[in-house]
Amino acid sequence: MPDSLTRAVRWDTVVGALLIVVLLLSFGFVDGFGNALNLSFLIGNTLPIALIALPMTLLVVSGEIDLSVASTAGLSGAVMGALWNQGMTIETIIPICLLLGVVCGLINGLLVTRLGLPSLAVTIGTLAAYRGIAQIVLGSDAVTDFPTPYLDFASGRIGDTFIPYALLPFLVLLSIAVIVLHAMPFGRSLFAIGASEEAARFAGIRVKRQKLMLFTVTGFMASLTGIFWALHYASARYDNATGLELSVVAAVLLGGIDFDGGKGTLGGAIAGVFLLGALQNVMSLQDVSAQTQILVTGVLLVLSVLGPRVARQLAVARARSSG
Amino acid sequence: MTHPSTTGPAPVLALRDVSKSFGAVRALRDVSLELFPGEVHALAGENGAGKSTLIKTLAGVHRPDSGQVLLDGAPVAFHGPGDARDAGIAVIYQEPTLFPDLSIAENIFMGRRPRRSLGRIDHKATHAATLALMRRLDVQLDPDRPARGLSIADQQIVEIAKALSFDARVLIMDEPTAALTGSEVARLFNVVRTLREQGAAVLFISHRLEEIFQICERVTTLRDGAWIASEPLAGMTEDDLVRRMVGRDLDELYPKQDVVPGEVALSVRRLTREGVFTDVSFEVRRGEIVGLAGLVGAGRTEVARAVFGVDRWDAGEVSVGGKALVNGAPSTAMAAGLALVPEDRRAQGLVMDMSIERNIGLTGLRTTVKAGLMDRGAERSRSLDWAVKLQVKYARIADAVSTLSGGNQQKVVLAKWLATRPDVLIVDEPTRGIDVGTKAEVHRLLSELAADGVAVLMISSDLPEVLGMADRVLVMHEGRLTAEIPRSEATEETVMAAATGRAAA
Repeated sequence: MPDSLTRAVRWDTVVGALLIVVLLLSFGFVDGFGNALNLSFLIGNTLPIALIALPMTLLVVSGEIDLSVASTAGLSGAVMGALWNQGMTIETIIPICLLLGVVCGLINGLLVTRLGLPSLAVTIGTLAAYRGIAQIVLGSDAVTDFPTPYLDFASGRIGDTFIPYALLPFLVLLSIAVIVLHAMPFGRSLFAIGASEEAARFAGIRVKRQKLMLFTVTGFMASLTGIFWALHYASARYDNATGLELSVVAAVLLGGIDFDGGKGTLGGAIAGVFLLGALQNVMSLQDVSAQTQILVTGVLLVLSVLGPRVARQLAVARARSSG
Repeated sequence: MTHPSTTGPAPVLALRDVSKSFGAVRALRDVSLELFPGEVHALAGENGAGKSTLIKTLAGVHRPDSGQVLLDGAPVAFHGPGDARDAGIAVIYQEPTLFPDLSIAENIFMGRRPRRSLGRIDHKATHAATLALMRRLDVQLDPDRPARGLSIADQQIVEIAKALSFDARVLIMDEPTAALTGSEVARLFNVVRTLREQGAAVLFISHRLEEIFQICERVTTLRDGAWIASEPLAGMTEDDLVRRMVGRDLDELYPKQDVVPGEVALSVRRLTREGVFTDVSFEVRRGEIVGLAGLVGAGRTEVARAVFGVDRWDAGEVSVGGKALVNGAPSTAMAAGLALVPEDRRAQGLVMDMSIERNIGLTGLRTTVKAGLMDRGAERSRSLDWAVKLQVKYARIADAVSTLSGGNQQKVVLAKWLATRPDVLIVDEPTRGIDVGTKAEVHRLLSELAADGVAVLMISSDLPEVLGMADRVLVMHEGRLTAEIPRSEATEETVMAAATGRAAA
C-alpha cells in the first residue's frame, strides 16, 4: 500500500524530472531559449509566481486557498504609483504598501477564521474588492518614473549571467519557507490541520491562529510581489498581475500539493512553478498568443488536479486485480 | 474439518475452506462457515482475526484465493457487492451511510422507486411499501421523515428495511450495537428475532460477549485468520468463548488496583454550557479512577470537551493542579497537565493519513524541538518508546495509522497522550469497538497510571467497565450530574437508576 509520503515524493520526482526534460528539449530545439539573457527573462518573469507560491503552498497544505493574491499585488502597485505621484519617497512608500498587504491578508484571515467562511468564497470576493480599490486609487494611470536604482535592481541581472538580482532575495525567502514548512513545528502542524482539522484541534494545535497568520503572511508576500512587479516592468497600473492567481494555483497543484490539504512539498511546488514558467517562456518565444498561454495554464490546472487522482484510481485498480 | 451436524434445512450461504491473502498477510486460512435460515450465527474473534475479510468475502467485495462460496449448496463467484446483493445477501454496518436530505422511504427505494405512467415517481406506492417494511420489522418510523437527525439505531433499522426490500435472505450485521444504548440494543434484538422467525439467516458480529449469548444460537470463532470452532452456544460460558478467541486464559479483565487517593488534581466548579450541560461540579484526585456514566446524549462527552477546551463554557471554572484553565484553549490545558483521549478516534484522536510516528509526535511539537526546529531523532525515539510501551502492533513506525486495526489505533491515541506525561487523563469510551484482549490491556494500563498518581476520568457506556474500574461513579442525566456513587455501592441498578433519572436524589 503506497502511503501518502511515498506518493508525494514520487509526484515531486515526476515534476522535477518533467522540468529537466522541458529545459533540455528547449535548449535543444527552441531558438533563442538557451542564451543567458532569455534565461534571466524566464526567471525574472517567473519570480512573481514563485514569490506568491511560497505562502500559497503553506495555505493549500493547511487546507485553505487565497485567490485574492493577484488583486492584492495589483492594489499594492496602484497605491505605490499613487503615492509616488504625490511626491512621497520610495523608502516611505514600500513599507506602507507592505503594511497594506498585511491588512488585506488579515481581512481574508479574519473572515475565514472568525466567521468560519470558506476561503475559496471569501477570497473570490476580496479578489474583486481589492482590484476595485486599486482602480479607484489609480484610475487608468500608468506610473513609470520610479527611481532608476530600484528599476535596475528589479529588472537587471548580475553581469552577463542568467541570474537576475532579484533571484537572490527570493532564494533567501525560499529557504525560510522550506525550513518553516518542513523543519519547524509550525509546518508540521499545518500538515495535520490540512489532513484533519478536528484531530489537530484535539491535539492542542491552535488552528485558527495559525491560519490567520498564514493569510496575513500571504497578504504581505502578495504585496511584495506587487511592488516587484511594478518595478520589474517599470509600470504601476491598477490591472497589474491580473490573473496571476491562476498561474500560482496551477503551479502549486502541478507541484503535487493536494488541493484537499495535508500533502505535498515546497520542492515540488517550486518545480511546478518553474515548469509553468519555462512553458510560458517557450510559448512566448514561439509567438504563441497570450490568450493561448492562459488556455494552456487552465488546462494544466485541471490536469494537475486530475493527475494524482487518476494515479490513485489506477493504483487501487491494480491492487484489486492483483489481490 | 468437521462441523457439528445440524438438523433442519440446508445452509443458505456457506464458505468452504476459504483462504485469502493480501501480499504476505494471510487474512483467512481454510475457513469454513455455514449459515442456516432461521438462525442467528455469531462470528467471534479479536481484531485482526479475519472477521472483516470474511464478511467482505461473503458480501462479494473480496474473492477467495482458494475455497468456495456456496449459495444454497451451489458454488458461486461474486464479481462485486452487487452480485451478492442480487443473491439476497445484505450487510448492515456499524455506522450506516444514508443520504441525510432524503426521506426514509427515498433512502430505502433509492434509484428504484415505484413509477407511474410517464416515468413519474409514485410517492404513494413508495410510502405504502415503506410502511409495509416497517410493519414487518415491527417498528414505527415515519417514512416521510428525513434521514437527517435519525439516531444511529434508527438508521440501522432503515438499512435493515432496505435490505428486506431487496428480498435479503442473509443479513450480515457488523458490530451493529457498538454505538447503541441499552434500550436501542433491545429494540434491535427484537427486530433480529422477528427476522429470524421469518426465516432469515443472520451473521452477527459484536465485541460484547453478553450480546452474543443473548441473541445467537451458534458461534464460529476465528483466530489469526484460522477457523477455530463452530459450535452451539448453549452450554458454553463467556470464559470458554474468550479462550477460543485469544487462545489462552485471559488476564483479569478489570485489574483495578486499590489506591489511596492523593490531592485534588482536577477540579470542575459549576460548569455550564447553555443547552448542553448545567452546573456540573466534581473533583478527581491523584490516583483515582472516576467513572462518568450516563446514557448517550446525557452530556458526558460535552463536559469533557469543555474541560479540555475544545468547546467553550458559558459559566463556571476548571482547574488542574490548583491552576485555573483558560476557557476554550486546549494548548493551555495540555500545558497544565491535562490530556483527553477523545470519543471518536478516527476523526478526533488521529490524523488517519499520517504515520504512527507523527501522530504520536503531534503532542510533542513543543517538546521535541531543538533551536526552534523539529528534533527528528527525539521525535522518533519518543514515538517508538511509547508505541513499544503500549505494545502497538505495526510493521513500520512510518506506516499510516489507517493501516492499523481499531485496537492498535486506540493504543496509538493513548500513546500520543501518555507521551505528554499528563497529571490528569480523561478517556472517553476508551475501549469502544476494540477486542477483548486489547480491552484488558487498556484497563491494566489505566490502573497502572492511577497507581502512579495520575488522576483518571473515564467516560464509558460499558457499564461492567465502569463498575469494574472506577473508584467512584459520577452519573449524568440530561445535562446534569445526578449522582455520585462510591465503588462499594455502585451496581448496575444504582447507576442505571441515576442515568435514567429514576433515582430520587
